Amino acid sequence: MLDEQISEWRSYVSRRRAIDSADVSELEDHLRSQVADLRASGLNDEEAFLIGVKRLGQLDGLSQEFAREHSERLWKRLVVADADKGGTDWRREVGVAIALALAAGAAVKLPQLFGLSMQDKAAESFYMRNLSFFVLPFLTAFFVWKRGADTATRIGLSAFFVVGALAMNFLPFTSPGDTLQLAALHLPMALWLTVGVAYAGGAWRNHDQRMNYVRFTGEWFIYYVLIALGGGVLMGTTMFIFQAIGLNPETFMQTWIIPCGAAGAVVIAGMLVEAKQSVIENMAPVLTYIFTPLFTILLLIFLGTSLFTASGIDMKRETLIGFDVLLVLVVGLLLYAISARDPQKPAGFFDVLQFALVVCALLVDAMALWAIVARISAFGFSPNKVAALGENIILVANLGWSAVLYWRFLTKSAGFSALERWQTSYLPVYAAWAWIVVVVFPLVFGFK
Amino acid sequence: MDIGKDLVAATATPLVLAILAEGESYGYAIIKRVAELSGGELQWTDGMLYPVLHRLERDALVKASWGESEAGRRRKYYQLTKAGAQELAILKRQWQTVNKALRATPFNSI
Repeated sequence: MLDEQISEWRSYVSRRRAIDSADVSELEDHLRSQVADLRASGLNDEEAFLIGVKRLGQLDGLSQEFAREHSERLWKRLVVADADKGGTDWRREVGVAIALALAAGAAVKLPQLFGLSMQDKAAESFYMRNLSFFVLPFLTAFFVWKRGADTATRIGLSAFFVVGALAMNFLPFTSPGDTLQLAALHLPMALWLTVGVAYAGGAWRNHDQRMNYVRFTGEWFIYYVLIALGGGVLMGTTMFIFQAIGLNPETFMQTWIIPCGAAGAVVIAGMLVEAKQSVIENMAPVLTYIFTPLFTILLLIFLGTSLFTASGIDMKRETLIGFDVLLVLVVGLLLYAISARDPQKPAGFFDVLQFALVVCALLVDAMALWAIVARISAFGFSPNKVAALGENIILVANLGWSAVLYWRFLTKSAGFSALERWQTSYLPVYAAWAWIVVVVFPLVFGFK
Repeated sequence: MDIGKDLVAATATPLVLAILAEGESYGYAIIKRVAELSGGELQWTDGMLYPVLHRLERDALVKASWGESEAGRRRKYYQLTKAGAQELAILKRQWQTVNKALRATPFNSI
């Protein structure tokens, strides 16, 4: 009875961020000593517990005092906090991640042993084809190790990488050519979703795992950018101090530090996101909340202006890609807003805004599609146009059905989870399309 | 007797350090000792002692270590450090000065 009450009290106190678990243990020892003394003076368990808790003081005031003394605890610490409680597991994880990051860095430099230098013009196409294979296998290996993936998963993952590598290096691409460029651009996307299979520990059919991977991707990207910014500062400083003693480390930087650092950071960012997932609030949804209103306003103004001036879209080569990027951004905003939303919550203002954004994006894209159809019928198909059009259709299909589901949610005829499930169900479509561009396009368009 | 918040805060450091000068102790025992020394007149809100102890620990005036109670629970013990003993000596002089000044006023005859 008393133990029960104390453990309840413990979990209640533990919720205060300023009071850490060691403090709670210390306070518990105090409470138990107090209760024991009160019991000895004739009170029963319950009375003793109540008086003991009361003497400890109001929790609000207490946690304020702790916060004043330990203000740093209000800022969650990532690496240090985990190092305290994680022990050997954590240290092993850091060790594995660092080893894999070093391996990725080494892999980038490996082709140089065979005379393929990154600065060499002739080797440019080699690096363009194979960039993903220097980094993503190591990130995959990290998750295979961490999740303890079974043999079937390992074989499946290897198969994806092998197929990708074979396609990129043994198909008779014309270099430079459109199909090669498209394949090089789509391979990282295709393989990134393969990494997702490793991330899910093979359970890629599980929708929660898919959503987790979406969250991971957003956070990974943000961490990677942050590491890159730090790396930039490090290199700038290094350049400056070496130049001060009359040395110019520029070549060394470009041939070693930048490529190896960029490759290694892929794994390190992955490990950091894994470590922080429960510690710190996700950043991608925060950015989503900032940019959703801004994008909605932008699109509304664009629609208004083009209606007012009655000007259609002048479709050039790059224009459709620009609209694809716009759709990707809108899908991204939708995806990350969904990833952070509590499905149980009723519709609110932000949902209306999100719905407006999706509808605006669809309207804008309808204008773009109108223009591209005209252009294709005038000039015929090219790999670039088909790729851009295919992407556009895939994204429009996603947003179109999302708009329907969102409308149902806003009018309360369906729950929010349908929308979430639609997004996670759609992920394999992106993977399939990326693989089609990598493998099928070259065959269809004659490797041009 | 109700003692103001500021005075309690001001007396906490010298009292805790002085009690620890008697030997290693832990939170609950320190509070019991305070009550005992003041004849039950000086009552702290128990929980408030711990942030004070943690501050002293951070300033390296006391050293903390985890041990076990008689009942086998985890218990955090505090010990006065050399720096703590020096601080206590300084605090002692300060309190003596205040005490002396107060005694020289009509304060003494009320």
